[in-house]
Amino acid sequence: MSVNRAPRVDLEVVAGLIVPGSRVLDVGSGDGELLELLQDTKQVDGRGLELSQRGVNECVARGLSVIQGDADKDLAFYPDKGFDFVVLSQTLQATRNPKLVLDELLRIGKHAVVSFPNFGHWRVRLSLFVNGRMPVTKDLPYSWYDTPNIHFCTIRDFMNLCDELGATVEKATALDANGQRIGLSMPWWFWNFFGQQAVFLLRR
Amino acid sequence: MAASRARQASSEADQPSSPVLRFGPDQPLRLDAGTLLSPFQIAYQTYGTLNEARSNAILVCHALTGDQHVANNNPVTGKPGWWEVLIGPGKIIDTDRFFVICSNVLGGCLGSTGPASTNPATGKPYGLDLPVITIRDMVRAQVMLVDHFGIDKLFCVLGGSMGGMQVLEWASSYPERVFSALPIATGARHSSQNIAFHEVGRQAVMADPNWLGGKYLEQGKRPEKGLAVARMAAHITYLSEAALHRKFGRNLQDRTALTFGFDADFQIESYLRHQGMTFVDRFDANSYLYMTRAMDYFDLAADHGGRLADAFTGTKTRFCLVSFTSDWLFPTEESRSIVHALNAAGASVSFVEIETDRGHDAFLLDEPEMFAAISGFIASAARARGLGA
Repeated sequence: MSVNRAPRVDLEVVAGLIVPGSRVLDVGSGDGELLELLQDTKQVDGRGLELSQRGVNECVARGLSVIQGDADKDLAFYPDKGFDFVVLSQTLQATRNPKLVLDELLRIGKHAVVSFPNFGHWRVRLSLFVNGRMPVTKDLPYSWYDTPNIHFCTIRDFMNLCDELGATVEKATALDANGQRIGLSMPWWFWNFFGQQAVFLLRR
Repeated sequence: MAASRARQASSEADQPSSPVLRFGPDQPLRLDAGTLLSPFQIAYQTYGTLNEARSNAILVCHALTGDQHVANNNPVTGKPGWWEVLIGPGKIIDTDRFFVICSNVLGGCLGSTGPASTNPATGKPYGLDLPVITIRDMVRAQVMLVDHFGIDKLFCVLGGSMGGMQVLEWASSYPERVFSALPIATGARHSSQNIAFHEVGRQAVMADPNWLGGKYLEQGKRPEKGLAVARMAAHITYLSEAALHRKFGRNLQDRTALTFGFDADFQIESYLRHQGMTFVDRFDANSYLYMTRAMDYFDLAADHGGRLADAFTGTKTRFCLVSFTSDWLFPTEESRSIVHALNAAGASVSFVEIETDRGHDAFLLDEPEMFAAISGFIASAARARGLGA
Protein backbone atom coordinates (compact mmCIF):
# COMPACT_ATOMS: atom_id res chain seq x y z
CA MET A 1 0.00 0.00 0.00
CA SER A 2 3.06 2.14 -0.09
CA VAL A 3 2.24 3.30 -3.60
CA ASN A 4 -0.69 5.44 -2.61
CA ARG A 5 0.83 6.91 0.46
CA ALA A 6 0.61 10.68 0.86
CA PRO A 7 3.70 12.43 2.21
CA ARG A 8 4.12 11.04 5.69
CA VAL A 9 3.43 14.20 7.66
CA ASP A 10 1.73 12.01 10.26
CA LEU A 11 4.81 9.90 11.11
CA GLU A 12 6.05 11.96 14.03
CA VAL A 13 2.57 12.30 15.49
CA VAL A 14 1.94 8.56 15.19
CA ALA A 15 5.32 7.79 16.73
CA GLY A 16 4.54 10.16 19.58
CA LEU A 17 1.58 8.00 20.59
CA ILE A 18 3.58 4.78 20.90
CA VAL A 19 4.85 3.75 24.34
CA PRO A 20 8.56 2.81 24.32
CA GLY A 21 9.32 -0.91 24.37
CA SER A 22 5.81 -1.94 23.37
CA ARG A 23 4.69 -4.53 20.82
CA VAL A 24 3.59 -2.84 17.62
CA LEU A 25 1.96 -4.10 14.43
CA ASP A 26 2.15 -1.67 11.51
CA VAL A 27 -0.57 -2.50 8.99
CA GLY A 28 0.40 -1.20 5.58
CA SER A 29 4.02 -0.72 6.51
CA GLY A 30 5.13 0.46 3.06
CA ASP A 31 8.90 0.55 2.80
CA GLY A 32 9.26 0.32 6.59
CA GLU A 33 9.84 3.99 7.34
CA LEU A 34 7.57 4.11 10.40
CA LEU A 35 8.63 0.71 11.74
CA GLU A 36 12.27 1.67 11.50
CA LEU A 37 11.58 4.98 13.23
CA LEU A 38 9.73 3.18 16.03
CA GLN A 39 12.49 0.60 16.44
CA ASP A 40 15.20 3.22 16.51
CA THR A 41 13.51 5.79 18.74
CA LYS A 42 11.08 3.72 20.81
CA GLN A 43 12.82 0.33 20.91
CA VAL A 44 9.53 -1.35 20.05
CA ASP A 45 9.10 -5.01 19.14
CA GLY A 46 7.76 -4.17 15.69
CA ARG A 47 6.01 -6.24 13.04
CA GLY A 48 4.57 -5.23 9.72
CA LEU A 49 1.95 -6.30 7.20
CA GLU A 50 2.30 -4.90 3.70
CA LEU A 51 0.39 -5.58 0.51
CA SER A 52 3.04 -4.74 -2.08
CA GLN A 53 5.76 -7.32 -2.52
CA ARG A 54 8.27 -4.62 -3.34
CA GLY A 55 7.54 -2.90 -0.04
CA VAL A 56 7.86 -6.17 1.90
CA ASN A 57 11.15 -7.08 0.28
CA GLU A 58 12.52 -3.63 1.08
CA CYS A 59 11.41 -3.94 4.71
CA VAL A 60 12.95 -7.38 5.16
CA ALA A 61 16.18 -6.23 3.54
CA ARG A 62 16.18 -3.44 6.15
CA GLY A 63 15.96 -6.10 8.84
CA LEU A 64 12.31 -5.51 9.76
CA SER A 65 9.84 -8.31 10.54
CA VAL A 66 7.33 -7.76 7.77
CA ILE A 67 5.10 -10.17 5.89
CA GLN A 68 3.26 -9.83 2.64
CA GLY A 69 -0.45 -9.72 3.24
CA ASP A 70 -3.74 -7.95 2.80
CA ALA A 71 -5.29 -5.94 5.64
CA ASP A 72 -8.72 -6.93 4.37
CA LYS A 73 -7.99 -10.65 4.69
CA ASP A 74 -4.97 -11.41 6.79
CA LEU A 75 -5.67 -9.57 10.05
CA ALA A 76 -7.95 -12.49 10.93
CA PHE A 77 -4.89 -14.64 11.62
CA TYR A 78 -3.60 -12.49 14.48
CA PRO A 79 -4.57 -13.36 18.05
CA ASP A 80 -6.72 -11.11 20.28
CA LYS A 81 -4.75 -8.35 22.00
CA GLY A 82 -1.49 -9.75 20.61
CA PHE A 83 -0.09 -6.23 20.30
CA ASP A 84 0.03 -3.13 22.48
CA PHE A 85 -0.46 -0.91 19.44
CA VAL A 86 -1.75 -1.63 15.98
CA VAL A 87 -1.00 1.20 13.56
CA LEU A 88 -2.91 1.86 10.37
CA SER A 89 -1.27 4.88 8.82
CA GLN A 90 -2.66 6.32 5.57
CA THR A 91 -4.15 2.98 4.61
CA LEU A 92 -7.75 2.93 5.86
CA GLN A 93 -9.08 4.68 2.77
CA ALA A 94 -7.50 2.04 0.52
CA THR A 95 -9.11 -0.97 2.21
CA ARG A 96 -12.13 -2.72 0.75
CA ASN A 97 -13.90 -2.96 4.08
CA PRO A 98 -12.72 -0.19 6.43
CA LYS A 99 -15.27 -1.08 9.08
CA LEU A 100 -14.08 -4.68 9.30
CA VAL A 101 -10.44 -3.58 9.24
CA LEU A 102 -11.00 -1.10 12.06
CA ASP A 103 -12.85 -3.77 14.02
CA GLU A 104 -9.88 -6.12 13.59
CA LEU A 105 -7.43 -3.42 14.70
CA LEU A 106 -9.40 -2.96 17.91
CA ARG A 107 -9.45 -6.72 18.46
CA ILE A 108 -5.74 -7.32 17.82
CA GLY A 109 -4.38 -4.26 19.59
CA LYS A 110 -4.83 -2.98 23.11
CA HIS A 111 -4.72 0.38 21.31
CA ALA A 112 -5.20 1.27 17.69
CA VAL A 113 -3.57 4.24 15.99
CA VAL A 114 -5.32 5.29 12.79
CA SER A 115 -4.31 8.13 10.53
CA PHE A 116 -6.06 9.12 7.31
CA PRO A 117 -6.50 12.03 4.93
CA ASN A 118 -9.58 14.09 5.79
CA PHE A 119 -12.00 14.32 2.90
CA GLY A 120 -13.80 17.11 4.72
CA HIS A 121 -10.86 19.48 4.23
CA TRP A 122 -11.90 22.82 2.73
CA ARG A 123 -9.82 22.36 -0.42
CA VAL A 124 -11.63 19.11 -1.17
CA ARG A 125 -14.99 20.75 -0.50
CA LEU A 126 -14.10 23.75 -2.60
CA SER A 127 -12.91 21.64 -5.51
CA LEU A 128 -16.15 19.68 -5.56
CA PHE A 129 -18.27 22.80 -4.98
CA VAL A 130 -16.63 25.08 -7.52
CA ASN A 131 -15.49 22.69 -10.24
CA GLY A 132 -18.13 20.03 -9.75
CA ARG A 133 -15.43 17.40 -10.20
CA MET A 134 -13.78 14.86 -7.96
CA PRO A 135 -10.93 16.68 -6.26
CA VAL A 136 -7.36 16.12 -7.40
CA THR A 137 -4.99 17.91 -5.06
CA LYS A 138 -1.29 17.77 -4.29
CA ASP A 139 -1.95 15.31 -1.48
CA LEU A 140 -4.67 13.35 -3.26
CA PRO A 141 -3.15 13.26 -6.73
CA TYR A 142 -5.24 10.48 -8.31
CA SER A 143 -8.11 10.75 -10.74
CA TRP A 144 -11.34 9.10 -9.65
CA TYR A 145 -10.85 6.19 -12.07
CA ASP A 146 -7.35 5.18 -11.02
CA THR A 147 -7.26 5.99 -7.33
CA PRO A 148 -6.42 3.19 -4.89
CA ASN A 149 -8.25 5.27 -2.30
CA ILE A 150 -11.69 3.78 -2.60
CA HIS A 151 -13.15 4.65 0.81
CA PHE A 152 -12.52 8.26 1.69
CA CYS A 153 -14.07 9.65 4.84
CA THR A 154 -14.13 12.86 6.81
CA ILE A 155 -13.11 13.25 10.42
CA ARG A 156 -16.78 13.29 11.41
CA ASP A 157 -17.49 10.14 9.38
CA PHE A 158 -14.64 8.39 11.11
CA MET A 159 -15.87 9.40 14.55
CA ASN A 160 -19.30 8.00 13.72
CA LEU A 161 -17.72 4.72 12.73
CA CYS A 162 -15.78 4.62 16.00
CA ASP A 163 -19.09 5.08 17.84
CA GLU A 164 -20.67 2.26 15.89
CA LEU A 165 -17.80 -0.06 16.73
CA GLY A 166 -17.82 0.86 20.39
CA ALA A 167 -14.34 2.36 20.23
CA THR A 168 -13.17 4.94 22.72
CA VAL A 169 -11.22 7.87 21.30
CA GLU A 170 -8.28 8.30 23.64
CA LYS A 171 -6.61 11.05 21.64
CA ALA A 172 -7.27 12.80 18.38
CA THR A 173 -5.12 15.21 16.41
CA ALA A 174 -5.70 17.09 13.19
CA LEU A 175 -2.78 18.20 11.07
CA ASP A 176 -2.53 20.88 8.45
CA ALA A 177 -0.78 20.46 5.12
CA ASN A 178 2.64 20.86 6.75
CA GLY A 179 2.02 18.30 9.43
CA GLN A 180 1.50 21.00 12.05
CA ARG A 181 -1.06 20.27 14.75
CA ILE A 182 -4.19 22.32 14.62
CA GLY A 183 -5.01 23.96 17.96
CA LEU A 184 -6.31 21.52 20.52
CA SER A 185 -9.04 23.78 21.76
CA MET A 186 -10.74 24.04 18.39
CA PRO A 187 -14.18 22.46 17.94
CA TRP A 188 -14.66 19.36 15.76
CA TRP A 189 -16.20 21.27 12.85
CA PHE A 190 -13.05 23.37 12.69
CA TRP A 191 -10.82 20.28 12.53
CA ASN A 192 -13.08 18.75 9.95
CA PHE A 193 -12.74 21.87 7.81
CA PHE A 194 -9.07 22.73 8.25
CA GLY A 195 -7.51 19.40 9.09
CA GLN A 196 -5.83 17.75 6.14
CA GLN A 197 -4.80 14.68 8.10
CA ALA A 198 -6.24 13.15 11.23
CA VAL A 199 -4.55 10.85 13.73
CA PHE A 200 -6.65 8.91 16.25
CA LEU A 201 -5.63 6.83 19.23
CA LEU A 202 -8.42 4.35 19.99
CA ARG A 203 -9.17 1.45 22.26
CA ARG A 204 -12.05 -0.85 23.01
CA MET B 1 34.53 -41.14 -15.58
CA ALA B 2 30.98 -42.12 -14.63
CA ALA B 3 32.22 -45.41 -13.21
CA SER B 4 34.86 -43.70 -11.12
CA ARG B 5 32.28 -41.23 -9.81
CA ALA B 6 30.03 -44.13 -8.88
CA ARG B 7 32.94 -45.86 -7.08
CA GLN B 8 33.72 -42.65 -5.24
CA ALA B 9 30.04 -42.24 -4.30
CA SER B 10 29.79 -45.73 -2.84
CA SER B 11 32.99 -45.32 -0.85
CA GLU B 12 31.66 -42.01 0.52
CA ALA B 13 28.70 -43.91 2.00
CA ASP B 14 30.83 -45.73 4.57
CA GLN B 15 34.16 -43.93 4.54
CA PRO B 16 33.37 -40.32 3.66
CA SER B 17 36.02 -37.72 3.08
CA SER B 18 34.12 -35.52 5.56
CA PRO B 19 34.62 -35.65 9.31
CA VAL B 20 32.35 -38.24 10.90
CA LEU B 21 30.75 -38.37 14.31
CA ARG B 22 30.10 -41.94 15.45
CA PHE B 23 27.50 -42.80 18.05
CA GLY B 24 28.09 -46.15 19.72
CA PRO B 25 25.72 -48.54 21.50
CA ASP B 26 25.57 -46.14 24.48
CA GLN B 27 23.95 -43.44 22.31
CA PRO B 28 21.16 -45.02 20.28
CA LEU B 29 18.75 -42.92 18.27
CA ARG B 30 15.05 -43.59 18.85
CA LEU B 31 13.36 -43.38 15.47
CA ASP B 32 9.77 -42.39 14.74
CA ALA B 33 9.40 -45.87 13.20
CA GLY B 34 9.57 -47.16 16.78
CA THR B 35 13.00 -48.81 16.69
CA LEU B 36 16.42 -47.86 17.98
CA LEU B 37 19.17 -47.13 15.51
CA SER B 38 22.56 -48.05 16.87
CA PRO B 39 25.34 -47.65 16.13
CA PHE B 40 25.09 -44.85 13.60
CA GLN B 41 27.20 -42.05 12.20
CA ILE B 42 26.80 -38.51 10.95
CA ALA B 43 29.11 -37.00 8.32
CA TYR B 44 29.43 -33.25 8.33
CA GLN B 45 31.37 -30.23 7.12
CA THR B 46 32.07 -27.04 9.05
CA TYR B 47 33.27 -23.64 7.90
CA GLY B 48 34.56 -20.72 9.95
CA THR B 49 35.24 -20.64 13.68
CA LEU B 50 32.94 -21.13 16.63
CA ASN B 51 33.26 -18.08 18.88
CA GLU B 52 33.96 -18.31 22.60
CA ALA B 53 30.34 -17.78 23.58
CA ARG B 54 29.35 -20.44 21.01
CA SER B 55 26.69 -18.08 19.78
CA ASN B 56 27.63 -17.72 16.10
CA ALA B 57 26.72 -21.18 14.79
CA ILE B 58 24.52 -21.58 11.73
CA LEU B 59 23.15 -24.98 10.78
CA VAL B 60 22.42 -25.50 7.09
CA CYS B 61 19.96 -28.27 6.24
CA HIS B 62 20.21 -29.80 2.80
CA ALA B 63 17.48 -30.78 0.37
CA LEU B 64 16.40 -34.20 -0.97
CA THR B 65 19.48 -34.95 -3.04
CA GLY B 66 21.86 -32.51 -1.40
CA ASP B 67 24.70 -33.29 0.95
CA GLN B 68 27.01 -31.77 3.55
CA HIS B 69 29.30 -30.21 0.95
CA VAL B 70 27.50 -26.88 0.99
CA ALA B 71 30.49 -24.61 0.50
CA ASN B 72 33.38 -26.79 -0.68
CA ASN B 73 34.05 -28.77 -3.81
CA ASN B 74 32.01 -31.94 -3.86
CA PRO B 75 34.29 -35.01 -3.53
CA VAL B 76 32.08 -37.06 -5.87
CA THR B 77 31.24 -34.60 -8.63
CA GLY B 78 34.18 -32.22 -8.26
CA LYS B 79 31.70 -29.34 -8.59
CA PRO B 80 31.48 -26.34 -6.25
CA GLY B 81 29.37 -26.66 -3.08
CA TRP B 82 25.63 -26.51 -3.67
CA TRP B 83 25.11 -23.20 -1.90
CA GLU B 84 28.40 -21.42 -2.54
CA VAL B 85 26.47 -18.48 -4.02
CA LEU B 86 25.27 -17.80 -0.48
CA ILE B 87 27.84 -19.24 1.90
CA GLY B 88 31.55 -18.59 2.17
CA PRO B 89 34.13 -16.00 3.22
CA GLY B 90 32.69 -12.53 2.65
CA LYS B 91 29.43 -13.97 1.31
CA ILE B 92 25.95 -13.27 2.72
CA ILE B 93 26.37 -16.13 5.16
CA ASP B 94 29.88 -15.01 5.95
CA THR B 95 32.08 -17.84 7.18
CA ASP B 96 34.55 -15.24 8.47
CA ARG B 97 31.84 -14.28 10.99
CA PHE B 98 29.77 -17.39 11.45
CA PHE B 99 30.49 -21.00 12.23
CA VAL B 100 28.55 -22.91 9.58
CA ILE B 101 27.68 -26.58 10.06
CA CYS B 102 26.14 -28.78 7.41
CA SER B 103 25.61 -32.50 7.93
CA ASN B 104 24.52 -35.26 5.61
CA VAL B 105 21.02 -36.24 6.75
CA LEU B 106 20.29 -39.57 8.34
CA GLY B 107 19.27 -41.89 5.51
CA GLY B 108 21.56 -40.04 3.09
CA CYS B 109 24.36 -41.59 1.09
CA LEU B 110 27.40 -39.42 1.65
CA GLY B 111 28.59 -40.68 4.99
CA SER B 112 25.72 -40.48 7.44
CA THR B 113 24.05 -43.79 8.19
CA GLY B 114 21.74 -44.68 5.32
CA PRO B 115 20.62 -47.66 3.26
CA ALA B 116 23.99 -47.84 1.46
CA SER B 117 25.91 -48.00 4.77
CA THR B 118 27.11 -51.30 6.09
CA ASN B 119 24.73 -52.87 8.56
CA PRO B 120 26.96 -53.92 11.47
CA ALA B 121 24.60 -56.82 12.24
CA THR B 122 25.12 -58.45 8.84
CA GLY B 123 28.25 -56.90 7.40
CA LYS B 124 26.22 -56.10 4.27
CA PRO B 125 24.63 -52.85 3.13
CA TYR B 126 21.41 -52.07 4.99
CA GLY B 127 19.27 -51.78 1.90
CA LEU B 128 15.64 -51.82 2.99
CA ASP B 129 16.55 -53.23 6.42
CA LEU B 130 17.13 -49.66 7.56
CA PRO B 131 13.97 -48.41 9.30
CA VAL B 132 12.12 -45.63 7.50
CA ILE B 133 13.64 -42.29 8.49
CA THR B 134 11.55 -39.17 9.15
CA ILE B 135 12.38 -35.48 9.05
CA ARG B 136 12.20 -35.51 12.86
CA ASP B 137 14.71 -38.38 12.98
CA MET B 138 17.09 -36.35 10.81
CA VAL B 139 16.74 -33.42 13.18
CA ARG B 140 17.27 -35.61 16.25
CA ALA B 141 20.57 -36.74 14.76
CA GLN B 142 21.50 -33.12 14.02
CA VAL B 143 20.75 -32.23 17.63
CA MET B 144 23.31 -34.82 18.73
CA LEU B 145 25.84 -33.28 16.35
CA VAL B 146 25.14 -29.78 17.68
CA ASP B 147 25.48 -31.11 21.24
CA HIS B 148 28.85 -32.51 20.27
CA PHE B 149 30.01 -28.98 19.48
CA GLY B 150 28.73 -27.78 22.86
CA ILE B 151 26.31 -25.38 21.20
CA ASP B 152 23.21 -24.66 23.29
CA LYS B 153 21.54 -22.30 20.87
CA LEU B 154 22.07 -22.09 17.13
CA PHE B 155 22.14 -18.55 15.81
CA CYS B 156 20.28 -19.65 12.71
CA VAL B 157 18.94 -22.79 11.09
CA LEU B 158 18.30 -22.47 7.39
CA GLY B 159 17.52 -24.61 4.38
CA GLY B 160 15.34 -24.97 1.33
CA SER B 161 12.79 -27.59 0.32
CA MET B 162 13.42 -30.72 2.45
CA GLY B 163 16.00 -28.58 4.25
CA GLY B 164 13.21 -26.13 5.06
CA MET B 165 11.17 -28.95 6.56
CA GLN B 166 14.08 -29.67 8.89
CA VAL B 167 14.24 -25.98 9.79
CA LEU B 168 10.54 -26.02 10.74
CA GLU B 169 11.03 -29.22 12.72
CA TRP B 170 13.96 -27.66 14.59
CA ALA B 171 12.00 -24.51 15.38
CA SER B 172 8.99 -26.50 16.52
CA SER B 173 10.72 -29.23 18.55
CA TYR B 174 13.67 -27.24 19.90
CA PRO B 175 12.49 -23.61 19.99
CA GLU B 176 14.87 -22.66 22.80
CA ARG B 177 17.82 -23.84 20.71
CA VAL B 178 16.99 -21.85 17.58
CA PHE B 179 17.51 -18.09 17.69
CA SER B 180 16.42 -17.56 14.10
CA ALA B 181 14.96 -19.79 11.41
CA LEU B 182 15.01 -19.40 7.65
CA PRO B 183 12.83 -21.96 5.89
CA ILE B 184 12.90 -21.41 2.12
CA ALA B 185 10.64 -22.81 -0.62
CA THR B 186 9.12 -25.35 1.70
CA GLY B 187 5.91 -26.44 3.40
CA ALA B 188 4.70 -27.66 6.76
CA ARG B 189 3.46 -30.79 5.03
CA HIS B 190 3.97 -32.59 1.77
CA SER B 191 1.00 -32.10 -0.53
CA SER B 192 -0.86 -34.92 -2.21
CA GLN B 193 0.57 -33.86 -5.58
CA ASN B 194 4.10 -33.96 -4.19
CA ILE B 195 3.57 -37.41 -2.70
CA ALA B 196 2.26 -38.46 -6.12
CA PHE B 197 5.42 -37.32 -7.88
CA HIS B 198 7.58 -39.07 -5.31
CA GLU B 199 5.62 -42.27 -5.75
CA VAL B 200 6.27 -42.17 -9.51
CA GLY B 201 9.97 -41.85 -8.76
CA ARG B 202 10.00 -44.71 -6.29
CA GLN B 203 8.07 -46.98 -8.62
CA ALA B 204 10.56 -46.21 -11.39
CA VAL B 205 13.44 -47.28 -9.11
CA MET B 206 11.68 -50.41 -7.93
CA ALA B 207 10.65 -51.39 -11.47
CA ASP B 208 14.31 -51.52 -12.54
CA PRO B 209 15.32 -55.23 -12.71
CA ASN B 210 18.66 -54.29 -11.16
CA TRP B 211 16.99 -52.98 -8.00
CA LEU B 212 16.72 -56.59 -6.76
CA GLY B 213 14.37 -55.87 -3.88
CA GLY B 214 16.80 -53.25 -2.64
CA LYS B 215 19.76 -55.67 -2.39
CA TYR B 216 21.52 -54.45 -5.53
CA LEU B 217 24.71 -53.37 -3.74
CA GLU B 218 25.25 -56.93 -2.48
CA GLN B 219 25.13 -58.13 -6.10
CA GLY B 220 27.37 -55.36 -7.37
CA LYS B 221 24.53 -53.89 -9.44
CA ARG B 222 22.73 -50.57 -9.52
CA PRO B 223 19.22 -49.67 -10.73
CA GLU B 224 20.54 -46.82 -12.82
CA LYS B 225 17.77 -46.69 -15.38
CA GLY B 226 15.02 -46.55 -12.79
CA LEU B 227 16.77 -43.93 -10.71
CA ALA B 228 17.48 -41.84 -13.81
CA VAL B 229 13.79 -41.87 -14.74
CA ALA B 230 12.89 -40.88 -11.16
CA ARG B 231 15.30 -37.97 -11.37
CA MET B 232 13.99 -36.87 -14.76
CA ALA B 233 10.41 -36.75 -13.51
CA ALA B 234 11.42 -34.95 -10.32
CA HIS B 235 13.61 -32.48 -12.17
CA ILE B 236 10.60 -31.22 -14.12
CA THR B 237 8.94 -30.32 -10.82
CA TYR B 238 11.97 -28.25 -9.79
CA LEU B 239 11.60 -25.97 -12.81
CA SER B 240 8.65 -24.13 -14.29
CA GLU B 241 6.86 -24.21 -17.60
CA ALA B 242 7.98 -20.65 -18.32
CA ALA B 243 11.63 -21.45 -17.60
CA LEU B 244 11.55 -24.63 -19.67
CA HIS B 245 10.03 -22.71 -22.54
CA ARG B 246 12.57 -19.92 -22.18
CA LYS B 247 15.54 -22.30 -22.09
CA PHE B 248 14.48 -25.00 -24.53
CA GLY B 249 11.24 -24.16 -26.27
CA ARG B 250 10.68 -26.79 -28.95
CA ASN B 251 14.30 -26.53 -30.09
CA LEU B 252 15.80 -29.62 -31.67
CA GLN B 253 18.95 -31.27 -30.33
CA ASP B 254 21.88 -31.32 -32.80
CA ARG B 255 19.60 -31.84 -35.77
CA THR B 256 17.62 -29.81 -38.22
CA ALA B 257 14.52 -32.00 -38.57
CA LEU B 258 12.48 -34.48 -36.60
CA THR B 259 13.80 -38.04 -36.97
CA PHE B 260 10.46 -39.84 -36.71
CA GLY B 261 11.92 -42.01 -33.98
CA PHE B 262 12.34 -42.04 -30.23
CA ASP B 263 15.80 -40.64 -29.95
CA ALA B 264 16.11 -37.33 -28.08
CA ASP B 265 14.92 -35.05 -30.88
CA PHE B 266 14.19 -32.15 -28.55
CA GLN B 267 16.69 -30.29 -26.44
CA ILE B 268 14.53 -30.74 -23.37
CA GLU B 269 14.69 -34.52 -23.79
CA SER B 270 18.42 -34.46 -24.11
CA TYR B 271 18.69 -32.16 -21.09
CA LEU B 272 16.55 -34.43 -18.91
CA ARG B 273 18.43 -37.55 -19.98
CA HIS B 274 21.66 -35.82 -19.03
CA GLN B 275 20.19 -34.84 -15.63
CA GLY B 276 19.13 -38.44 -15.04
CA MET B 277 22.47 -39.92 -16.07
CA THR B 278 24.65 -37.65 -13.98
CA PHE B 279 22.41 -38.11 -10.95
CA VAL B 280 22.79 -41.90 -10.80
CA ASP B 281 26.56 -41.53 -10.56
CA ARG B 282 26.34 -39.63 -7.34
CA PHE B 283 23.25 -40.89 -5.56
CA ASP B 284 22.16 -44.19 -4.06
CA ALA B 285 18.78 -45.44 -5.31
CA ASN B 286 17.62 -46.76 -1.93
CA SER B 287 18.60 -43.49 -0.31
CA TYR B 288 16.33 -41.79 -2.83
CA LEU B 289 13.47 -43.99 -1.62
CA TYR B 290 14.17 -43.09 2.00
CA MET B 291 14.54 -39.35 1.38
CA THR B 292 11.32 -39.09 -0.61
CA ARG B 293 9.48 -41.08 2.05
CA ALA B 294 10.73 -38.77 4.79
CA MET B 295 9.31 -35.78 2.95
CA ASP B 296 6.01 -37.56 2.27
CA TYR B 297 5.57 -38.35 5.95
CA PHE B 298 6.22 -34.78 7.05
CA ASP B 299 3.11 -33.08 8.44
CA LEU B 300 3.93 -30.68 11.24
CA ALA B 301 0.31 -29.74 11.98
CA ALA B 302 -0.67 -33.41 12.32
CA ASP B 303 2.04 -33.77 14.97
CA HIS B 304 0.24 -31.02 16.92
CA GLY B 305 -3.39 -32.06 16.91
CA GLY B 306 -4.02 -30.71 13.42
CA ARG B 307 -3.38 -27.06 14.31
CA LEU B 308 -0.15 -25.74 12.83
CA ALA B 309 -0.05 -22.72 15.16
CA ASP B 310 0.29 -25.15 18.09
CA ALA B 311 3.62 -26.28 16.63
CA PHE B 312 4.99 -22.84 17.47
CA THR B 313 3.20 -21.85 20.69
CA GLY B 314 5.20 -19.35 22.70
CA THR B 315 8.14 -19.40 20.32
CA LYS B 316 10.77 -16.68 20.67
CA THR B 317 12.51 -17.70 17.45
CA ARG B 318 12.70 -15.06 14.71
CA PHE B 319 11.44 -16.45 11.42
CA CYS B 320 11.95 -15.42 7.83
CA LEU B 321 10.17 -17.37 5.09
CA VAL B 322 10.93 -17.14 1.40
CA SER B 323 8.87 -18.47 -1.49
CA PHE B 324 9.05 -18.13 -5.27
CA THR B 325 6.22 -17.13 -7.60
CA SER B 326 6.87 -19.93 -10.10
CA ASP B 327 7.46 -22.73 -7.55
CA TRP B 328 4.71 -25.27 -8.13
CA LEU B 329 6.24 -27.89 -5.84
CA PHE B 330 5.99 -25.63 -2.79
CA PRO B 331 3.77 -22.79 -3.96
CA THR B 332 3.61 -19.53 -2.03
CA GLU B 333 0.37 -20.67 -0.37
CA GLU B 334 2.36 -23.30 1.55
CA SER B 335 4.61 -20.62 3.01
CA ARG B 336 1.67 -18.34 3.65
CA SER B 337 -0.10 -20.97 5.75
CA ILE B 338 3.04 -21.26 7.89
CA VAL B 339 3.13 -17.46 8.20
CA HIS B 340 -0.50 -17.42 9.33
CA ALA B 341 0.23 -20.07 11.91
CA LEU B 342 3.23 -18.10 13.16
CA ASN B 343 1.09 -14.96 13.36
CA ALA B 344 -1.48 -16.83 15.37
CA ALA B 345 1.31 -18.00 17.68
CA GLY B 346 2.47 -14.39 18.05
CA ALA B 347 5.85 -15.15 16.53
CA SER B 348 8.24 -12.68 14.95
CA VAL B 349 8.02 -13.45 11.26
CA SER B 350 9.09 -11.99 7.94
CA PHE B 351 7.89 -13.36 4.66
CA VAL B 352 8.98 -12.52 1.15
CA GLU B 353 7.79 -13.94 -2.11
CA ILE B 354 10.38 -13.60 -4.85
CA GLU B 355 9.27 -12.94 -8.41
CA THR B 356 11.07 -15.38 -10.70
CA ASP B 357 10.31 -17.89 -13.45
CA ARG B 358 12.99 -20.32 -12.26
CA GLY B 359 10.65 -22.51 -10.22
CA HIS B 360 11.47 -24.43 -7.06
CA ASP B 361 15.21 -24.60 -7.76
CA ALA B 362 15.39 -20.78 -7.60
CA PHE B 363 16.48 -21.14 -3.97
CA LEU B 364 19.80 -22.63 -5.14
CA LEU B 365 20.42 -19.92 -7.71
CA ASP B 366 21.66 -16.37 -7.86
CA GLU B 367 18.46 -14.52 -6.87
CA PRO B 368 19.42 -10.98 -5.78
CA GLU B 369 16.08 -10.26 -4.06
CA MET B 370 16.33 -13.46 -2.04
CA PHE B 371 19.89 -12.53 -1.09
CA ALA B 372 18.75 -9.05 -0.01
CA ALA B 373 16.05 -10.54 2.19
CA ILE B 374 18.35 -13.15 3.74
CA SER B 375 21.06 -10.56 4.24
CA GLY B 376 18.69 -8.10 5.97
CA PHE B 377 17.22 -10.82 8.14
CA ILE B 378 20.60 -12.24 9.19
CA ALA B 379 21.98 -8.75 9.92
CA SER B 380 19.08 -7.77 12.15
CA ALA B 381 19.08 -11.16 13.90
CA ALA B 382 22.83 -10.80 14.48
CA ARG B 383 22.28 -7.39 16.09
CA ALA B 384 19.59 -8.85 18.33
CA ARG B 385 21.91 -11.73 19.25
CA GLY B 386 24.73 -9.32 20.08
CA LEU B 387 26.92 -10.54 17.25
CA GLY B 388 28.78 -7.47 16.00
CA ALA B 389 29.47 -6.95 12.32
